[in-house]
Amino acid sequence: MSPRTGETIAFDNVGLRYGTDREVLSDVSFTLYPGSFYFLTGASGAGKTSLLRLLYLAQRPSRGGISMFGTDVITLPRSRLPAFRRRLGVVFQDFRLVPHLSAFDNIALPLRVAGMREADLAGPVSDMLEWVGLTSRAHARPATLSGGEQQRVAIARAVIGRPDLLVADEPTGNVDPEMALKLLRLFEALNRLGTTVVVATHDVHLLRKVPDSLIMRLDKGRLSDPTGALRYPPRRQMSDIDADAPLPRDGGEF
Amino acid sequence: MRGDRASQLVPQARLAGPIPWVIAIMVALTVIAAAGGLALNNLAQTAQSELSGGATVQIVEALPLERSRQAQASLALLLQHPAVVSAARVPDEELEQLLEPWLGVGADREAVPIPALIDVRLRSDATETQLDSLRTLLAEQAPAARIDAQSAWLRPVFSAISSLQWLALALVVLLGLTSAAAVWLAARSALGTNRNTIEVVHLLGGTDSQIARIFQRSVGFDAALGGAAGLALGLIAVFVIGRQFAGLGSGMVAGGGLSWIDWVLLALVPAFGVIIAVLTARVTVMGALRRML
Repeated sequence: MSPRTGETIAFDNVGLRYGTDREVLSDVSFTLYPGSFYFLTGASGAGKTSLLRLLYLAQRPSRGGISMFGTDVITLPRSRLPAFRRRLGVVFQDFRLVPHLSAFDNIALPLRVAGMREADLAGPVSDMLEWVGLTSRAHARPATLSGGEQQRVAIARAVIGRPDLLVADEPTGNVDPEMALKLLRLFEALNRLGTTVVVATHDVHLLRKVPDSLIMRLDKGRLSDPTGALRYPPRRQMSDIDADAPLPRDGGEF
Repeated sequence: MRGDRASQLVPQARLAGPIPWVIAIMVALTVIAAAGGLALNNLAQTAQSELSGGATVQIVEALPLERSRQAQASLALLLQHPAVVSAARVPDEELEQLLEPWLGVGADREAVPIPALIDVRLRSDATETQLDSLRTLLAEQAPAARIDAQSAWLRPVFSAISSLQWLALALVVLLGLTSAAAVWLAARSALGTNRNTIEVVHLLGGTDSQIARIFQRSVGFDAALGGAAGLALGLIAVFVIGRQFAGLGSGMVAGGGLSWIDWVLLALVPAFGVIIAVLTARVTVMGALRRML
């Protein structure tokens, strides 16, 4: 597959199987453009988590091609993948916070991995804690945080590096509807700044909350795209996006 | 990601973990084995330098008067020879004392004739050519003279010392390998325990080197802690054993003392331990990470 520019990510006839089992993903093709908002839906076992693992470069496909930010990542040497991962934000379904680090240090982790100096960390991390309403819990460890608080720390960690692509696996799965809506507003705020967002969810009510979103539906490992909107989505006006703008304070009231 | 912040990603067991203790024991044993090897080396070198230029002339003659005459003649000839630095007859009383354990006190000299001995120091090593030259010199005046290099008598002792030196070296190598194996097991265990954290850092864009450095710092600190303790234990043991050997007052054993260079080498053992531990941790972690995408 020849890399295409201008897209966040493009899948071309991707197939994935674990070992010698049948394919969990078959002939998956789509293109995600900058500033778009996608919901990934499908029944349990449809292959959502497998597709997300391919998106956040935890896995290589068994066949097909994937290009990310205009580069073919299938043939890319392993040593060059970390630079691509730093442009991604991932909210794991089980949060995957580092248990012995405080909320502050968990959120600061992507910046430290990227080599930011300690002196420069405090400002962005404090802003992010404030954004997700956890300033007073900055020094709390994950075990002492509620499920909703852990989820917000996980989201703050995913977005602090202002990723080009945010991937969230069932980010509202463990919270009540009110909290789910607030988290969704956080993603929308980030999306308005130019980040491409992919949210995997079972919650069909959530889909209606983001009017401009596109829906990716997986059924037994195959992606349905009846309108062709995934393969050839309407391009968002890049002039509408101010990637350097600060995150809005009204992203959510927790 | 650097410094203390990086090392905090892995919970620090320190003295509650096995690494410092394993390294302490290994370093202590290595220091003792290395000290033994160095002492044996010093002992061999001292003995070799003392004996290499030495030769012994025996006058094996049953008649006391003739024995005495040949001894006097040999001594006179030897002292005039340009290759000889010194020559002295070993007093009969000293010989009797040496043989006392076998012959008893007040043995009858006439019943058991004891050869007259002359201790000779040569300017250079007592080679066969040198010895043949002396044999020719004494052949006419002292036909009963037998000349041997002193080092030849101790050849089996030098051979045994050499074997012990190789044994000490093999012990040091084996202990180093055992330390590496212990660190490898501990690093693998730490990898398993912290797998979730490693995967998260990996997926956040952490490079293999960054993640390996986290473990290197942790293992390196533990190894330094254990190494210092092991060095202290090892040096105490070497000092105590050294004092006991020094108390023996034997000429040969006295040559087995440690020089200041030897003590510096022993002090470097923990540093080698830390290097082995850090390299092992790096290789182990990098190997495990390469199995991830």
